[in-house]
Amino acid sequence: MSKSNQVLEEITSKEYEHGWTVNLETDEAPKGLNEEIVRFISSRKSEPEWLLDWRLKAFRQWQKMVEPKWPNVTYPAINYQDIIYYSAPKQKVKPKSLNEVDPELIKTFEKLGISLTEQKRLTGVAVDAVIDSVSVATTFKEKLSELGIIFCSFSEAVKEHPELVKKYLGSVVPMNDNYFAALNSAVFSDGSFCYIPKGVRCPMELSTYFRINAANTGQFERTLIIADEGAYVSYLEGCTAPMRDENQLHAAVVELYAMKGAEIKYSTVQNWYPGDKDGKGGIYNFVTKRGLCAGDHSKISWTQVETGSAITWKYPSCVLKGDYSVGEFYSVAVTNNYQQADTGTKMIHIGKNTRSRIVSKGISAGKSQNSYRGQVHILKRATNARNHSQCDSLLMGDQCGAHTFPYIDVENNSARIEHEATTSKIGEDQIFYCLQRGIDEEAAVALIVNGYAKEVLNQLPMEFAVEAQKLLALTLEGSVG
Amino acid sequence: MNTSATRNLTAEILDAQQPFDVAVDSRKQAWEQFRQLELPTGKNEEYRFTPVTRYLEKNFTWKTDNPESTLSSVQECLIPQLDANVIVLVNGRYNASLSKISSPQSEVTITPLSEAFRTGHPAIKEHYNKHLNNQSDACAALNSAAWQEGVFIYVGKNTVVGKPIFILQLNDASQSQVITQTRVFAVLEKDSSVAVIEKSDTTGNQFAFHNFAEEWIVSEGAHLEYCKIQNDAGKVCQVSNSVIYQANNSKLNTFTLTLNGQLIRNNLNILIDGENCESHFYGLYLLTGTTHADNHTVVDHRKPNSFSNEMYKGIMDGNSKGVFNGKIYVRPHAQKTNAFQSNRNIIVSDSATINTKPQLEIWADDVKCSHGCTSGQLDEEALFYLRSRGISETNAKAMLLYAFAAEVLAPIQNETLKVYLDNLIAERLHKNF
Repeated sequence: MSKSNQVLEEITSKEYEHGWTVNLETDEAPKGLNEEIVRFISSRKSEPEWLLDWRLKAFRQWQKMVEPKWPNVTYPAINYQDIIYYSAPKQKVKPKSLNEVDPELIKTFEKLGISLTEQKRLTGVAVDAVIDSVSVATTFKEKLSELGIIFCSFSEAVKEHPELVKKYLGSVVPMNDNYFAALNSAVFSDGSFCYIPKGVRCPMELSTYFRINAANTGQFERTLIIADEGAYVSYLEGCTAPMRDENQLHAAVVELYAMKGAEIKYSTVQNWYPGDKDGKGGIYNFVTKRGLCAGDHSKISWTQVETGSAITWKYPSCVLKGDYSVGEFYSVAVTNNYQQADTGTKMIHIGKNTRSRIVSKGISAGKSQNSYRGQVHILKRATNARNHSQCDSLLMGDQCGAHTFPYIDVENNSARIEHEATTSKIGEDQIFYCLQRGIDEEAAVALIVNGYAKEVLNQLPMEFAVEAQKLLALTLEGSVG
Repeated sequence: MNTSATRNLTAEILDAQQPFDVAVDSRKQAWEQFRQLELPTGKNEEYRFTPVTRYLEKNFTWKTDNPESTLSSVQECLIPQLDANVIVLVNGRYNASLSKISSPQSEVTITPLSEAFRTGHPAIKEHYNKHLNNQSDACAALNSAAWQEGVFIYVGKNTVVGKPIFILQLNDASQSQVITQTRVFAVLEKDSSVAVIEKSDTTGNQFAFHNFAEEWIVSEGAHLEYCKIQNDAGKVCQVSNSVIYQANNSKLNTFTLTLNGQLIRNNLNILIDGENCESHFYGLYLLTGTTHADNHTVVDHRKPNSFSNEMYKGIMDGNSKGVFNGKIYVRPHAQKTNAFQSNRNIIVSDSATINTKPQLEIWADDVKCSHGCTSGQLDEEALFYLRSRGISETNAKAMLLYAFAAEVLAPIQNETLKVYLDNLIAERLHKNF
């Protein structure tokens, strides 16, 4: 097993590939958080009065709340007064085409391998690029608007579709839902907004690339996706971040709202800076993601591949309110070095004949701690609810930990709930089988890990599956002993 | 220390001015620990679904007098035809006239716990109060501080105790409300073996709080068979903290059957602190009415190469509430551990509920651990199959439920006990379903 140890060392000593900083002049708010800052953000974005009131209300609620301490993660206390809550790349005129966009920005995307122009031409993916909180370029917008699909930055939506924003903002994740959601509600900078009208099937995968760029900037994104009756949309979210020494807080809120017969598929590949091999630096990813299946026969599906962040703490959830609605959660969470992850899902069954499925694959290596925490709650009136959960953990190395905390609460006797979980390492017999057939150890481990995660990776759209596989390979291949 | 229940309980205990003349030091320490802890409310994660405090906010009387328990009420609670050493505790007091020890002194020492302290048994000094979860559980700390009486069991090296030991804890709540706090402390020396049946029964309709704690030291190569039967009256709250400590090559079989009571909370902690150990623990909760039964189990693998297997099953009827929490810890370096856990539930009525949380916490990589958990109702097709063969719906349901429940009885060794439990379960399922 010495070879695998060697590979493990190689992988774990690998520096973060996407670590660099681009100098963009930023328009920053002073450090700290108070009512003035909230007003500053709101006025800087020329927001209407009702939104400012909403922010202030959220801020006052946040002040009364205390930071939760229950997750299975440890980190130094966050000083909320030491964070810059708003920073926007300086742009005097709004660009009409890519040519007008700051060339530095374009370079950033090119380094990431997601040149806007190329994507526009080749992949057919509409990209709403977000750099440090303000959306600067949107493609394929015209094509989408022909179908009546609204896909724009959040601030644009506030200006152009205030009635939609007003109606659905906070309808899935209320402003006082939890500590970080309240913080986000008060200071959210920008994000994406998407509305698919009745009966429309969105012809392309919608995607947003988030990047955290300016130093000491917390990022507070807000995403709101609404699928009207019978609509379908597949949404991709992907992240990479430059290397930083100081921890950065990311407290986003994602709200999905599916009406009767609608389907929303939300996929994430998360590769934020996880900190160096001594656990220094890295992103804190404290995100509230929730989908509401409001109408009958609606469906929400979460797929996530989590490889980055120093701490990942999130539970993409489904509230199955409509009868016959379906919730799905597919997750691969990889932790290495000193990374910590406490992630999972909540499936709240309210409607009749609702179904949910959870597949969670955790992989821990190095000195990392990986936890699955999930809840399946069948309410009293949810007759014939059905749930199947599977959460497996793979351990690599003897200093990491894998934990599962599944809560199963059943109040209706017709519910059928199954939960199973396993923890193991890659079997020596499996490796031996491959070696025997001329596959070297590294390739064998890669094969087994990919097979282990396949069930989840298969759920990703094509464009993303490739990226996800690369990420898995980068972090893990061959690192098993 | 701000809940009224804690204050009440404290006042009751102080008022009673019981002469706690044995284990004084450990009592003092535990009393301090109890004062540091709050009696658990719903905010305590471990007692999220079972807020014991709400129940204890009644004005209990700390009864110290020995009620007159007739021989007949004791006879009713015994297991017929079971040839065993019988120990009877009535309201937390050792009753010598009702107890009957027939195994010779050379096989096993059975005395009231206070007597073992007075005679200064060496095993007490070596093991007493070493593993109980006094730091984390207020009820355990309270028991350590203020147990009234208990049983001391000592099995010497290379000894097989021929007859099982039957401990009957009878609470008489017919006259007034009672609190009883009893304690069992047992040591199995190297390569010894014993079977124990512990049964709690309550008579009367008054409120009662039974705070029970026990410690079992299973030394190297020893073997413990343990069965707990909880069949209390409708207004009893029982909290039971059990710690079983296992050394190298030891073997453990436990079975917990919960039938009656208002609020039952079992904390079963198994500390596997040796290599090549084997533990099997089984549980069955058949709940009706407003019974609330909560089983929290912890198996803590501290050393490599051990095996644990857990299976708990539950059938919830009426307005009953079942809670299950199973933790498996595999500590760093406890490599080659195999740990399995399964929790299966059937909800029969519309208003019964189940909250279950099977939990794995693993810090070692070369392990095989799994847990499975299900909740559902009876299979329509299986029911139809039976009904199409002329079996009434009631009987068909009872048959299926019985088949579901009886699986956990399989590992019980003692035939008499097995038949008794089997009858108990069959009667229960036919009677109510």
